[in-house]
Amino acid sequence: MTFTSVLQNIIKLLSKYWDVFLLKGVSVTLALSAITVCCGAVLGALLALMKMSPLRPLRWLVTAFVEVIRGTPMLLQLYVGYFIVPLMFPALGLGTFASISVALVINSAAYVSEIIRSGIQAVDVGQGEAARSLGLSKGQTMRKVILPQAVKNILPALGNEFITIIKETSLASTFFVGDLMTSYLIVKGATYLAFESLIIVGIIYFLLTFTLSKLVGAYERRLKQSD
Amino acid sequence: MTDTVLIETKSLVKSFGALRVLNGVSIQVHQGEALAIIGPSGGGKSTFLRCLNLLETPDGGDVIFEGQKINQKGTNVDKYRQKMGMVFQHFNVFPHMTVQENITLAPTLLKKKTPAEADEKALYLLERIGLLDKKDEYPRKLSGGQKQRLAIVRALAMEPDVMLFDEPTSALDPEMVGEVLDLIRALVEGGMTSVIVTHEMGFAREVSDRILFMSEGQIVEQGAPAQLLDHPRQKRTQDFLSKVL
Ligand SMILES: Nc1ncnc2c1ncn2[C@@H]1O[C@H](COP(=O)(O)OP(=O)(O)OP(=O)(O)O)[C@@H](O)[C@H]1O
Ligand SMILES: [Mg+2]
Repeated sequence: MTFTSVLQNIIKLLSKYWDVFLLKGVSVTLALSAITVCCGAVLGALLALMKMSPLRPLRWLVTAFVEVIRGTPMLLQLYVGYFIVPLMFPALGLGTFASISVALVINSAAYVSEIIRSGIQAVDVGQGEAARSLGLSKGQTMRKVILPQAVKNILPALGNEFITIIKETSLASTFFVGDLMTSYLIVKGATYLAFESLIIVGIIYFLLTFTLSKLVGAYERRLKQSD
Repeated sequence: MTDTVLIETKSLVKSFGALRVLNGVSIQVHQGEALAIIGPSGGGKSTFLRCLNLLETPDGGDVIFEGQKINQKGTNVDKYRQKMGMVFQHFNVFPHMTVQENITLAPTLLKKKTPAEADEKALYLLERIGLLDKKDEYPRKLSGGQKQRLAIVRALAMEPDVMLFDEPTSALDPEMVGEVLDLIRALVEGGMTSVIVTHEMGFAREVSDRILFMSEGQIVEQGAPAQLLDHPRQKRTQDFLSKVL
């Protein structure tokens, strides 16, 4: 296996299977990641609110949930989703992609809830006190004073979560959902060129995450400047 | 100063865990009065002030504002807070709003004024403190003294019946202390009922009608400025004053 032969194989693979890698793989990976982050953010926000509620059992529930998600392997969670979700909602006839998405969303929600909670708690307590001292209610204080400042902490962290998810969705290829890592499995199966396929997929993952992390970085710098 | 009692506390008690920070504090603040509170660090001055607008919930005792006991279940605390302006040591201006928005937020949100009225009032207040040209700036462009003056007029925009100041100048560079004290002095002279926690003894003497000396969660001594500062009766007051004067 020489460098030139690898290079030649890569070019061959790309010209023959570019649609498998770039069209199918990248789009499914991005779609899966976007679904995960968006739904995860909504669910995570809900969890963060519950975690900050005055009701102790509610807080306890969220803490337990977050700890369980953090403390078990993602792949295991995907297996659980794969088996459990279709059983729980048989009427919906959910396929593998949907079941895996649900598992990813639940996983991400746990992490995002911590991102949101710490983003809110990083806002100086004096801000909330000043708002309350003017007579604003708890909700008004949250909406008008705390959240607009917390968003600056939360958005970059969410961007980074998106990048992490892009990499983690590769685990979903275990279930052949059609993501970028599944492309690798398909091409490898058809050509037996495992190493070359891996390099292609690796480069695409890297380009995706690298560009995104540069974008997040630029956005973060812009937020800093407006402080 | 009138005879009407605006704020009264009765045997206020507050603990943080095992630490008893307020140990039965009873005071009266009369309408139009300027009351200064002095005392050693950790003596409970801030905690006491924050109990007045219930930023801290007292463990025992009463807070009575305009004749109503306000520290009980079922009171709409937000309503009362609208009438009690508070100024903090660290300004706490809202960094994500312009200077003008800082001032108009509460009056418009709480429907105390229409947006047009609130703007008019904000511009008037900014003019008064010489920050009119900064109305569209964000607070990060302001000096410490300007931020604190903004914080003061932000509270004034709600047209409160009393102003609570918690060491309003102690986070400021020395050259900016004067401009903030001048504003507070002007308010007091205009008849604003004020409770001022301060380490500025000269200012307390000059501006207040009465000074309370607070230590270890209790009012150790109180009196007219000249009496308390020049002829303290209690040993603890004498010790404290001999250190700071
Ligand atoms: N939220 C809190 N939790 C725990 N302890 C607190 C809290 N707030 C105040 N304390 C403690 O209560 C005591 C009184 O604090 P307080 O801030 O009222 O004193 P102070 O007289 O305002 O002092 P300073 O002049 O330093 O501002 C201190 O020992 C302080 O550490
Ligand atoms: Mg204090």
